[in-house]
Amino acid sequence: MTRRYDGRGRWSVIRPGPTDSEAGRPLSPHPEGISVPAGTLYRGREGMWSWVAHRVTGVTIFFFLFVHVLDTALVRVSPEAYDTVIASYKTPLVSLMEYGLVAAVLFHALNGLRLIAVDFWGNGPRYQRQMLWTVMGIWLVLMAGAAYPVLHHAAEILFGE
Amino acid sequence: MSTATVDQPADAAPAAAPSVDRIAITVRVRRFNPEVSAESAWVDYQIEMDPKERVLDALHKIKWEIDGTLTFRRSCAHGICGSDAMRINGRNRLACKTLIKDINPDKPITVEPIKGLTVLKDLVVDMEPFFQAYRDVMPFLITTGNEPTRERRQSAKDRERFDDTTKCILCAACTSSCPVFWNDGQYFGPAAIVNAHRFIFDSRDEGGEQRLEILNEQEGVWRCRTTFNCTDACPRGIEVTKAIQEVKRALITRRF
Repeated sequence: MTRRYDGRGRWSVIRPGPTDSEAGRPLSPHPEGISVPAGTLYRGREGMWSWVAHRVTGVTIFFFLFVHVLDTALVRVSPEAYDTVIASYKTPLVSLMEYGLVAAVLFHALNGLRLIAVDFWGNGPRYQRQMLWTVMGIWLVLMAGAAYPVLHHAAEILFGE
Repeated sequence: MSTATVDQPADAAPAAAPSVDRIAITVRVRRFNPEVSAESAWVDYQIEMDPKERVLDALHKIKWEIDGTLTFRRSCAHGICGSDAMRINGRNRLACKTLIKDINPDKPITVEPIKGLTVLKDLVVDMEPFFQAYRDVMPFLITTGNEPTRERRQSAKDRERFDDTTKCILCAACTSSCPVFWNDGQYFGPAAIVNAHRFIFDSRDEGGEQRLEILNEQEGVWRCRTTFNCTDACPRGIEVTKAIQEVKRALITRRF
């Protein structure tokens, strides 16, 4: 990466022409035909796994919203088709998926608050682990609370009144 | 026999060695030699070590007594030079600061090169992209005006502001523990940001704005996902994620 100084206290970054990489940092030379192994899983701690979970739940919620826009838009195409789709949502399997969605949304929301605290509260990085366990505690309580409203219909179908 | 020794009768038993309880351990090293094979392979070494010794001592024993072709970097061997960062039992550590007894010697101890940098041979990786990112943040004092005739003075409070980030030994344990860096190696990485932090928050330095502009780029601090791998990996105990967060906040508030 090269920089230009304009003489008035500002530096601008000059992107080099065709380079190995976007930021212009060198990539290591590889001998011909050598594929360097990717290696094994890194044994990260809570912070890394909460990041993985945040990403997974985020992508899950995105795909739910995609499907949700589609099924809601269906009412404009044919109200009967919409009713059919909504009726299929009352099956126990979809109820279980809804409970999973609640889990994903709750985790993503609560951990999102933790991440905001990590970035904006000076002591956030120091207490990130405690905050994560707090998030998991609140998540568990809310999941227990959501079990009845989300799952009781499916439970009635499966196990009777 | 030039060393002065206590005279002993010729038939006396040799003096008992200081009692150490050596234990049998297995060191599982991920070996790679591009001149022999394009594939890397795990190789197990059974050795006897004092559990109070370090992983570096185990690697030395292997290299000096079993297989001289084992290749790794080490210079000072006392946690100062930062050349023997490697992945031990899945985590980045300095081999010279990791005692065998602390990492469960009952199971094979896995030793791998650090991730995200090209492996050249065995545990040696190409550090050039890492040092280039370091150079890119201009890790030196930038001032304007005439040089003072005496030292540049600083209050203890101002010095304390960046004390944590002066401890860096550039071992790359943090940068190579970062999932964002593994992705394409273009992220500046925790180590470069830590060393930028060391000057940005130094009251004597006047290059803070320039460094912040550099770290405001696409590959700068905003790619940090606060996974805390760097903070957990740092052998110097630097609160790396906290330093990155402080640079992020300095970029927003322009106060530093």
